[in-house]
Amino acid sequence: MAGILVFIEQRNSDIRKASLQALSQARRLAGGEVAAVLVGSGVAGAAPGLGAYGAAKAYVADDPNLALYSAEGYAEAVAKAAAATSPEAILFAGTAMGRDLAPRVAAKLGVGALADVVSLERDGDRLVARRPVYSGKAFATVDAGGHTPQVVTLRPNVFAAEETGGVAEVVTLDGLALAIRAVVKELVDTGGGEIDVAEADIIVSGGRGLKGPENFALIRSLAEALGGAVGASRAAVDAGWIAHKHQVGQTGKVVSPSLYIAAGISGAIQHLAGMSSSKVIVAINKDPDAPIFKIADYGIVGDLFAVIPPMVEEVKKLAG
Amino acid sequence: MNCIVCVTSVPDTASVIKIGPDGKKIDEGGIKWILSPFDEYALEAALQLTEAKGGEVTAVTYGPARAEAALRDCLARGAHQAVHVAGGEATLGDSFTIATVLAKAFAGRSYDLVLCGVKGVGTDCSQVGQMLAELLAIPHVANVTKLEVGDGSLTAGRDVEGGQERVECPLPALITCQKGLNEPRYAALKGIMAAKKKPVEKVEVASLGVTEGADPFYVVRSLELPPPASEGTIIKGEDDPAGAAAQLVNLLRSEAKAI
Ligand SMILES: Cc1cc2nc3c(=O)[nH]c(=O)nc-3n(C[C@H](O)[C@H](O)[C@H](O)COP(=O)(O)OP(=O)(O)OC[C@H]3O[C@@H](n4cnc5c(N)ncnc54)[C@H](O)[C@@H]3O)c2cc1C
Ligand SMILES: Nc1ncnc2c1ncn2[C@@H]1O[C@H](COP(=O)(O)O)[C@@H](O)[C@H]1O
Repeated sequence: MAGILVFIEQRNSDIRKASLQALSQARRLAGGEVAAVLVGSGVAGAAPGLGAYGAAKAYVADDPNLALYSAEGYAEAVAKAAAATSPEAILFAGTAMGRDLAPRVAAKLGVGALADVVSLERDGDRLVARRPVYSGKAFATVDAGGHTPQVVTLRPNVFAAEETGGVAEVVTLDGLALAIRAVVKELVDTGGGEIDVAEADIIVSGGRGLKGPENFALIRSLAEALGGAVGASRAAVDAGWIAHKHQVGQTGKVVSPSLYIAAGISGAIQHLAGMSSSKVIVAINKDPDAPIFKIADYGIVGDLFAVIPPMVEEVKKLAG
Repeated sequence: MNCIVCVTSVPDTASVIKIGPDGKKIDEGGIKWILSPFDEYALEAALQLTEAKGGEVTAVTYGPARAEAALRDCLARGAHQAVHVAGGEATLGDSFTIATVLAKAFAGRSYDLVLCGVKGVGTDCSQVGQMLAELLAIPHVANVTKLEVGDGSLTAGRDVEGGQERVECPLPALITCQKGLNEPRYAALKGIMAAKKKPVEKVEVASLGVTEGADPFYVVRSLELPPPASEGTIIKGEDDPAGAAAQLVNLLRSEAKAI
């Protein structure tokens, strides 16, 4: 049976956690061999280790012109690996890169793609995916209509990464033409050393209930105590209290951390669209009827200004 | 500077979603249809470019009869031309077929820049732009929040985790537009009146050589509402916030094992 190919994303040779999650999911589903494709410059050293997550082979495109991401260049490399493996499916992690690359690769191969998938199972020779639609107000169960390869992007942090041991055989992809027209000239760090919400395992978000920009310090102190990232509602972003990169929701980032704490956020449907697949949801709101409580696993009805400072102390006690 | 803006008509984001009788589509009764919010950034960017550099904005949609309203909205805001490829009900969410139809509809039209929204709200795929660029054999930049267009090339800023990529790209090219790129204008009454008189070019999807539903790349097996959320543990914290905080942290540690 044909195997599954997984695109592996790296930044400075650090393999993205979400790619390892995709690799593990491929191992759980594959009828045949699982192969990885790793693209970048000076990245070959990271390839054998992909075996630990289930890759039997790791195809590597290593070229200075691939140092920074390029949809065209990376798509060419992935298509070449697909030609070498004739996979039944190609999986991508649904990061900014994966969401950009997967559809370009799919179109290059003349097939469709299933985006933002939160469950992926096998039904005979088809993969069946479940994906949120209408901003999470409904879920669609879909397949790729019998076309192969089946191109799928997986929502990060939904599938478990499992280390099983092993070393991947490295295969070099060469002879790439790399006709790159859209060239990434630089990657500007806008994170300022902070964890991006899209990558964080714990997120503490603040909304209009914070009353002003200075009170994000309170959110930040809880996030720091928990080792998490700071998120925000659109109301807080639109008020200019915090940068848009922190926004969670339909017009912000879609996140699935293990723990999402929403403080002073009402829980509008567009906010829920970005965070309702979080594993544990906590709401802190003074309005017991706020919609956020309907999806919260835990909550405190109360004044966030009175609740968060003792929470920070309690969390610090656990750590200390 | 000729721009083509791809737009799609979607349920108002405040709509209550109900599942239709076939269990595969939404019940469209009571839904208000709007121009997909991200397409507004695409249209605004195109209008600003042609205002500064001349040329025309053509809005294109592939959708059922009601999608014409999205085109009228574009015309009212200043688009010069509108093209309606009629159909699209059987291919909802099938990004590759949609991109194929759009690419065929572009044949014979001249453009320097194609603009899409970053995501069609509703199907939530974020794929049509990239696929269309590949089919048109032009480069693309997705998730654009900054744009400068020069002579024969563009520079775009694109948000990624923890950073922003600065991309340079020759024209013709395609971009997908994200919130932050601009502030979309509203249609003025004068524009709305004028839009009523502007023609909308009709194209039958069959005339493009596509038989809808014949060879789908996206098959919806079923559509369901999310499972009802289980009752959470809600602590009353008005009188003793510190006690509630301690109780919550304890539950997160010992019961949820989240910290
Ligand atoms: C097309 C579109 C896209 C959108 N995209 C997004 C998006 O991506 N993300 C997003 O978040 N929103 C989005 N929105 C906006 C969304 O509809 C809401 O307006 C927004 O989420 C509200 O933010 P909020 O919860 O912070 O503010 P509010 O709704 O004003 O809620 C503030 C909450 O704080 C509580 N509160 C006040 N004081 C205190 C206190 N002292 N202690 C505890 N609680 C307190 C209040 O009870 C209230 O529940 C979008 C809207 C549209 C139309
Ligand atoms: N049926 C359609 N007609 C025209 N443009 C579309 C259509 N579907 C999607 N698009 C464009 O592609 C973008 C992304 O849509 P999607 O890939 O469905 O999330 C939209 O914001 C539109 O710009």
